[in-house]
This record gives sequence, structure tokens and C-alpha cells, in this order.
Amino acid sequence: MEKSEIIVVSKGRTEKGHYVKPILIGLAFTLKNFFTRPVTLQYPDQKTKRSERWRGLHRLNVDESGALKCVACGLCAAICPSKAITVIPYEAEGQTRYPEKFIIDELRCIFCGFCQEVCPKGAISLSKIYDYVDYNRENCIFDIEKLKNPDQFEFKG
Amino acid sequence: MIDYLIIPVIKFVVIFGVCLFFIVYTTWLERKALGHFQLRLGPMRVGYHGLLQPIADGIKNFFKEEVIPENADKAVFVLAPVISISAAIILLAVIPFGNPITIFGKEITLYLANPSIGVLFILGFATLGAYGTILGGWSSGNKYGYMGGLRASAMIISYELSMAFSVIAIIMMSGSFSLVDMVHAQQEGIWNIIRQPVAFFVFFISGIAELNRIPFDMPEAESELCCGYNVEYSSMKFALFFLAEYTHLFVFASLVTTLFLGGWQGPILPGVVWFFIKTFVIIFICIWIRATIPRLRYDKVMKLEWKFMLPVAIANVIVTGAVLALLG
Repeated sequence: MEKSEIIVVSKGRTEKGHYVKPILIGLAFTLKNFFTRPVTLQYPDQKTKRSERWRGLHRLNVDESGALKCVACGLCAAICPSKAITVIPYEAEGQTRYPEKFIIDELRCIFCGFCQEVCPKGAISLSKIYDYVDYNRENCIFDIEKLKNPDQFEFKG
Repeated sequence: MIDYLIIPVIKFVVIFGVCLFFIVYTTWLERKALGHFQLRLGPMRVGYHGLLQPIADGIKNFFKEEVIPENADKAVFVLAPVISISAAIILLAVIPFGNPITIFGKEITLYLANPSIGVLFILGFATLGAYGTILGGWSSGNKYGYMGGLRASAMIISYELSMAFSVIAIIMMSGSFSLVDMVHAQQEGIWNIIRQPVAFFVFFISGIAELNRIPFDMPEAESELCCGYNVEYSSMKFALFFLAEYTHLFVFASLVTTLFLGGWQGPILPGVVWFFIKTFVIIFICIWIRATIPRLRYDKVMKLEWKFMLPVAIANVIVTGAVLALLG
């Protein structure tokens, strides 16, 4: 007898009525799901809890007097792997250095958090805001004013 | 004058309006229940828990662009949704919703008509609704639509048989074709679902197959035919097909209620409330089945009908007849 070309996948499945029990198990499973709390979050109204170490938009920290902590040493700009940070320092006679311009291109940034780690003054840190969007590229290049208060960019729906 | 014109018109408007309201909200129920079956929430944005969603859908469908394909047979293409919806809505006329009520000393029956062939009327017009599906698929000039129409015709030939045979057993039990008489025949408290479990089983499964719902949604198998017979339909024409489908679901659920679950009968609450409770339990079971079972392969669907359902239904008719004859 020639070898048949039909491949029998599972012999056990050919018996009559084999599908009744799985269907009943499936019905019980879906009914259990029906009375379970849905896992969906209503996104702009509810947000998932983010980790304490979440790396979102940058924030330039200020001291008690409201002045920037940053001394424009340029370490963050040096370590930045994607060259997203530009710091232009300014130093008047007998005063501390401060950044004349501090620009972060949020489109280039990969949110690795190296700038936060390398900063000797704790002047730059990453906030938890992850859903900033805008209509053009110019708005995504952040200057000092935007970096001081990143909370305004949280998406609220 | 009042008996022959005004009361029927008022009854027509009320029954049509209430039923259409329930049918439209069946779409909301389906989306919501399907969501919860899959651990989702379903519609939440439009109104409280998405309660205005059906209205939003209706408005959206009104303002959508109407496309008629170049290859389509235009007259039939336009006619098909109309056949579908009118054959579906006409079924609402013979469903008995409750006991006769008395308003201002006049006795008013809660159905539009009680023809002595009520069941045949429903079976006939339910099949006529399939012409909308078949013609819509065939006239759209699309291979997928054509396949969907072919499948719809094959489904209607096969599952109509077992459905009708399971109804024959009920007709024998109640001794009448009229739906109202069938409800009265279940008055002693024993519903037909207990006296005729096999007929209920066959009727329910063939009914889901007739409705073209998952797991028997052959004419609009999304994964094979990308929506099948209604693939070329847009805007309000599609909405009419959609509405016809849900009207059929509602009529099927109320038919199950009437034939097997004792119709409007029940303790304490008024009959109409009991009728809608039972109807929506059946609709919920249909949604539950949809959420659970995947679509059967086409040949398996046919095998299930011709090799299992039809013989079982015929055997049920013979056994019921023999038992009735022996008991006198």
C-alpha cells in the first residue's frame, strides 16, 4: 500500500463530540473574566504609576533663592552620548559662573540619565513626564525657561 | 374608527419606537459586554460609560461619504439594504410582548398582529431577510462580497431546515401556529425549555447560525473575506445592514423567549418587564458565545448541520409526535 499523503495531526481529536467539554471550559473562563475588574486605564485621566527612577523630561533645579544651581561646568554636555545638550557659560568678575544659555534638544535626547548622574551640583535631574508632544520641532528644543518648569508639559487630555 | 385606525397607529409607533430603542442599545450592550469579557472597558468616552455611543455612531454614519462601486449592479446594490432592514423590522409586528392591558376601559393587546400562522410568518420573513445579504454580496461587484453572498445562501438553505423542524415540535406541543397560543400553552408553569430541551438546543444553535453571528459568521468572515457581503457598503447603507442584523438578533431572542421561556409570564413584575428581561438574557448569552468560541471552518459548519442538527431535529419531531399520540 502506498504511503498516504494525508498527515494525521492528532488522532485523539477525531472522536465524536470532543469539542463539547473545551467549549464549556471556555464559556466558564470568559464568564469569569466578565466579573473580573478590567485592566484598562482611562489614559489621559488615569496614568500608570511610574517608578521613582523614571527618566522623563529634564528639569533644571533651583536653590532656595530661586537661582539656578547650575555652574555651567559643561560636564553634562560632554558626557551626553547623543550631543543633545548645549551649554554657553557666562562668568562675571568675582561672581559664580552661570549658564547664559542651556539648550536641550528633546528630540535628540535618548533619556539615558547620564547628565543627571555626572552633575556635581545636582543641578539637572529627570522628571517623570513621559508624554510631551508638540506640533513642530522648534518647540521641542528646550531653553532655560522651559527646563525650569517641565511640569507644565504633562499631557492632560 | 378608534378601534381600527387610531389605536393600531399608536401601538405601531410605541412598539416600533421602544423596540428600535432596545435594538440600537443592543449594539452598545454588545460592545460593552464584549469589552468586559476581554478585560477591557468598552466604550467609555461618549456620555456616561459610553451611553450616547449609538447616537454618535448614527450621526457619524449619516455624514459619511456614500460610495457605489463602478462594477456594482446599481439598482440591486441600493435595494439590498432596504430588503434587509424591512424584512427584519416587519418581524416585530407579530411578537407578543405581554398580557392585554386596559387603558380608559379599552382592552389593548400588546402585539400589532396575531396571525394564526405567526411562526410561519416569522420563519418566512427571517429567510427573506437573507435575500438582502445575498443580493448585496452578489451585486457589489467584488469577489469577497460574492463569496459572502454565496455563503449566506448556503447557510440559509441548511440551517433554516433544522430551525423549522425544531419549531414543529413546539407547534405539536401547543397545537397552534399562533405565538400567543404558544405562550398560553406554557401557562401551567412548565416552560417548553424543560419539556423540549432538544428542540431548544437545536433552535438556539440554528438561530445563531441564521443570524450569521460568531461562531457561524460565514458570510462576513473577517479573516477570510474581509467583511464579506457588506465589504463595498458605506455610510447609511452599511448602517442599515448593521441595524438589520441586530433587529434579527432581537427578534431571535424574543422568539426564544416566546417559544421556550414562557413568553411574558413570570411572578410579581408585569409581563412586559419579564419579556424584556428574558429577551436580554438570551441576547447576553449570544454575546457570551461570541466572546468565547472562534469561527468554525466552512465545511465543519455544513457538517454540523447536515450530519448532526438535522437528524436530531427530525428524531425529536418523531419522538414528540409518538409520545403525544400515546398520551392521547
